[in-house]
Amino acid sequence: MRNPLSDRTVALKPSGIRKFFDVVNEMPDAISLGVGEPDFDTPWHIRDVGIYSLEKGRTFYTSNSGLMELRSEICRYLKRKYDLSYNPKDEVLITVGGSEAIDIALRAMINPGEEVIIPQPSYVSYEPCAILANANPVIINLKNENEFRLTAAELEEAITDKTKVVIMPFPNNPTGAIMERKDLEAVAEVIIKHDLYVISDEIYAELTYSDSGHVSIASIPGMLERTIVINGFSKSYAMTGWRLGFACGPKKIIEQMTKIHQFAIMCAPTTSQYAAIEALRHGDDDVKEMCEAYNQRRRYLLHTFKQMGLPCFEPFGAFYVFPCIKEFGMSSDEFALRLLEEEKVAVVPGTAFGDSGEGFLRISYAYSIESLKEAIGRIESFIGRLREEML
Amino acid sequence: MRERILQIIEKNSKVGIDEIAIRLGENEIDVANEIKAMEEEGVICGYHTLIDWEKTNIEKVSALIEVTVTPQRGQGFDSIAERIYNYPEVNAVYLISGGYDLLVMLDGKSLKQVASFVSDKLSTLDSVLSTATHFVLKRYKDHGTIIEQNDDREKIMP
Repeated sequence: MRNPLSDRTVALKPSGIRKFFDVVNEMPDAISLGVGEPDFDTPWHIRDVGIYSLEKGRTFYTSNSGLMELRSEICRYLKRKYDLSYNPKDEVLITVGGSEAIDIALRAMINPGEEVIIPQPSYVSYEPCAILANANPVIINLKNENEFRLTAAELEEAITDKTKVVIMPFPNNPTGAIMERKDLEAVAEVIIKHDLYVISDEIYAELTYSDSGHVSIASIPGMLERTIVINGFSKSYAMTGWRLGFACGPKKIIEQMTKIHQFAIMCAPTTSQYAAIEALRHGDDDVKEMCEAYNQRRRYLLHTFKQMGLPCFEPFGAFYVFPCIKEFGMSSDEFALRLLEEEKVAVVPGTAFGDSGEGFLRISYAYSIESLKEAIGRIESFIGRLREEML
Repeated sequence: MRERILQIIEKNSKVGIDEIAIRLGENEIDVANEIKAMEEEGVICGYHTLIDWEKTNIEKVSALIEVTVTPQRGQGFDSIAERIYNYPEVNAVYLISGGYDLLVMLDGKSLKQVASFVSDKLSTLDSVLSTATHFVLKRYKDHGTIIEQNDDREKIMP
């Protein structure tokens, strides 16, 4: 029989997170700080509207772009929160989570052989999606000493005459890094100079703990017309299972993305779209409340790391901390595996998010403070043991 | 800072001052002072424990009693409310708008004990016109806490 598989697909590396959690799933008493998903349930009033829409029999396809009512709410939301102006008619596309938006944005924009710049450590799907879109991914290894922000110099160095798109993964999974306005302005200057486009994955935008809050690169002068902003409901409204995200950008690009979306997906889930309208209209207090809870846990973790003497820069976004474990002289993989075997605590090795994650761990604080306390206690005794071993 | 402290301890009064300070990014002494001030001002009125008595083998009966009363000249409902809330078995007394006046929440050891409270003590008060007693059959949620939490979330790793 012929080989039924595509060589390019077979050559894709499987997600490093998944590989690790195959081990975790065999251990029922392990505490996991590994999952990148809110521990909160979707607020009840949002679920209620979803249920109501089913009761009313709203079980049909929506338009390919998504419900007009939802697109309008999204435009109002982006204006109110991040000072971004889009036309709901042709500059917004409702997608199946932010993940679909990343995939189709790349497919809509890239010709074979063109380069996509991907700063790492970052979310696991950018590189495979770029490869599947016929792009050549070019990796920038972000540095701990820059608090894992992207600098203009790093970007400049990665640009060739084939470069077309830069992925901006901030607030960042796994590092928790954010880009402040001044950082974005410096990067935007380079992008405009080289006539590049940006796919800005802002799914964690609401979970920004700095005083000035999240700034979208699209709000920097000259950037709106060359940026696809991707966001969604999973992280901010604890709606991961509803699979709902959106992409906003220039009509020209959104039009082509909508075409792919139409052929591959048809439309995002209708129930989720109705629920999302409720989230945007009446969910501000929920977001604020969850954000405050995450922020308290973030402070708690940073405090305990300091006490343990575990170096970690202060991350101001998402719900991850990214401590450095280089002092123990082992790889992130080894450290995470031993921590799991000896103390039954699951964290994700930084290398799951790119080579530059070596020497770091991703620890999620989307867990109750009680679980965090228990896990931190175990990590503390593990590190204590390692330090004794090294003496 | 007050609101944020209260939000934490409303749900869990056992959280230590040191932990509150860490979580709020505030100074420990400031947090301690703020809590002390709120205790003195009566903003914080007490620290209670939420107990699911069903899980113990201690018998408990709870009842909600709707009470209609004649308000007294010059004192309104306050003096009759006081006469009622002074009974130690009375858990809560609220003045209510609508079809009746006072809502009395009562904990007793048995149905009989609650019944005798209503007939002997409550109904015989001069200004009480009528009562309607409702016994609690099952407690689903109390003080913002769902009593029987079932976490059936599947373990998946994205």
